[in-house]
Amino acid sequence: MTRIFVPLVLIAMVLFASAPLVVANAPVEQTMGLVQKIFYYHVPSAMLLFVSAFVCGIASAVFLFRRSAAADRVALAAGELVVLFGLIVLVTGPIWARKAWGVWWEWDARLTSSLLLWMIFVAYLMVRRFGGPGSEKLAGAMALFGMANVPFVYVSVNYWRTLHPKTSVVMTLAPGMRGAFWFCVAAFAILYLLLLTLRKRLEDQQAMVEQLYLAVEE
Amino acid sequence: MECDFDRLVVDDVSRHFGRRRALTRVSLTCGAGTILGLLGPNGAGKSTLLAILSTLLAPTSGQVRYGTFDARSAGPGLRGRLGLLGHDLYLYPELTARENLEFFARLYGLRHPRERVGRALAHAGLADRADDAVSGFSRGMRQRLALERALLHGPRLLLLDEPFTGLDDASGHALVSRLRGLRDEGAIVIAATHDLDLAEGLLDDVAILRDGRLLAVPRASGPLRERYRETLLAAAPAAAAPAAREEPAR
Amino acid sequence: MKQFLRVAWVVMRKDLTVEMRSREIVYTTVFFAASCVLVFAFALVREGRPLEDASAGILWIAIAFAGTLALGRTFERERHTETLRALMLAPSDRPAIYVGKLLGVLVLMAIVEAVLVPMVGLLFHAPVLARPLWLAALLAAGTLGFASVGTLFAAMLVRARSRDVLLPVLLYPITIPVIIAGVRGTAAIFQATPDEPMARFWAALLVFFDVVFVTLSLWTFEPLMTE
Repeated sequence: MTRIFVPLVLIAMVLFASAPLVVANAPVEQTMGLVQKIFYYHVPSAMLLFVSAFVCGIASAVFLFRRSAAADRVALAAGELVVLFGLIVLVTGPIWARKAWGVWWEWDARLTSSLLLWMIFVAYLMVRRFGGPGSEKLAGAMALFGMANVPFVYVSVNYWRTLHPKTSVVMTLAPGMRGAFWFCVAAFAILYLLLLTLRKRLEDQQAMVEQLYLAVEE
Repeated sequence: MECDFDRLVVDDVSRHFGRRRALTRVSLTCGAGTILGLLGPNGAGKSTLLAILSTLLAPTSGQVRYGTFDARSAGPGLRGRLGLLGHDLYLYPELTARENLEFFARLYGLRHPRERVGRALAHAGLADRADDAVSGFSRGMRQRLALERALLHGPRLLLLDEPFTGLDDASGHALVSRLRGLRDEGAIVIAATHDLDLAEGLLDDVAILRDGRLLAVPRASGPLRERYRETLLAAAPAAAAPAAREEPAR
Repeated sequence: MKQFLRVAWVVMRKDLTVEMRSREIVYTTVFFAASCVLVFAFALVREGRPLEDASAGILWIAIAFAGTLALGRTFERERHTETLRALMLAPSDRPAIYVGKLLGVLVLMAIVEAVLVPMVGLLFHAPVLARPLWLAALLAAGTLGFASVGTLFAAMLVRARSRDVLLPVLLYPITIPVIIAGVRGTAAIFQATPDEPMARFWAALLVFFDVVFVTLSLWTFEPLMTE
């Protein structure tokens, strides 16, 4: 991982430095105007929110059934990133909603699903923080159950919402926007990978320090 | 699946909770028909060791072998051969003495639960209080009942955490002779205790723990109390500067 | 299999015997659920008439709140003299213990619901007898979904710090689909003209939730309960 780490950092830096230009050069959308540019941050973050939830859930399952401490460290890193990217989604979402529907929060199905998923992983971090010794397993179960919950949240929120008049603006990407959009998805994906490995490494090193403490005592 | 065994081997077992070491590289062996005393000051790791032996707690490193079995591969069958009297007594205060025992008899799937429970109540000296709720019992009565609960299924390995707590002289001596009887039937008994007077003459073997480590016990005969004190004293300097002393040796 | 069911049955019967002695959980949770309904009444009743759909929501919120209370107390009893450890030592498959505890919780919640449903019917003019079978099906499936996740989490929390706060913190986000499905399904049959296809959809979602989460709980109980 360390060998591709530096190239990844460089690529990420180039991507993020040029992202504002790419986004600025993409055509301005008719109805939404400049606010539409949020799209380039909002959607990649939402994608990573879900990806990260699955990474956390699968790593937790490996931790629970294989008793792998390393998998637990991956789960923790992914869990924190769910909350981080979720925060981006939940901040940019209402700004979009304000422009599109005139209110900050519209109980839009996708945004509500993201909120619920985000809450599950905030709870995941809270157990780890406040649960005391041995709470990693409990947190692991929370992550696994949270992952299994994704389809249920999605279906139930969608059906719940369609009982009311539908107000969502369906976005079809104009050809000129497509390039900029996938550019941003790539940039965010690389950023995610970097943050995940960095956070995992920090945990690895912390675990090593613990080991050394124990060894010194022995 | 029946998982009987006649030998317990603890091999290089360590357990830590985060940064705290509860047990460090403990090894010991125990054959059928012996009573092993687990001595040591508070916080020495006696309860942790008992929890590991009872399979409730997994060791961080090292392993415990019950004859040819181990806790992970032989879970349920092995648990049926273990009895644990914990420091918390594992009794439901709302239920009567009889209901408590009958619940555990049925949980263990024992045959003729009523007869077994009747005999256990007689052993505990609680036959006349059998239908009173446990919440009204004194500590000593609960202790006796909890011991019978742990013995109900005739375990091969009996683990006792401070079994003499709250017992009066008569009950203490009754417990001593009960344990002797179990030893003669081929049980392995491991008891953590502070009561050296009652343990004197009962124990076949002694293991002394301090700060999670097993201390070397001099083979010499003599009163248990003396041997205990000498062992702790002999180990005292090592404990004062463990890192400095032991690091070069490895 | 026979042994599995026997252990589950024995554990459930023990829980109910203990509860029969003290009646603590039944009395306190029923009272608590009733007070919940009243609190919501003051928020959601205008000019003597409840808001549309309010009754279904109130019913399910009261069930969720009272269920959390019952779960917490049930496992507090097992913690009191560490009897949960004794259960873990039983020579049976550990998921059997889980099923036993789950059945005990379900019985308690059924008693609470038996009081709640008529109460909501009376106080909020909800037509609880319009489609009794659909209502029973929704309640059964929803309660099982809620209790299956709750029992697993409460069992694990026995060893954790700040367990009283953490139980709802963990349980509510996970069981939100149950609440949505329960509320919408119940609202569908409480309408002036009951909407059966809608109720069927939500009941199906609940059953699917039950299958997934009971399976997951049975599957994870053993690794979770070994320290």
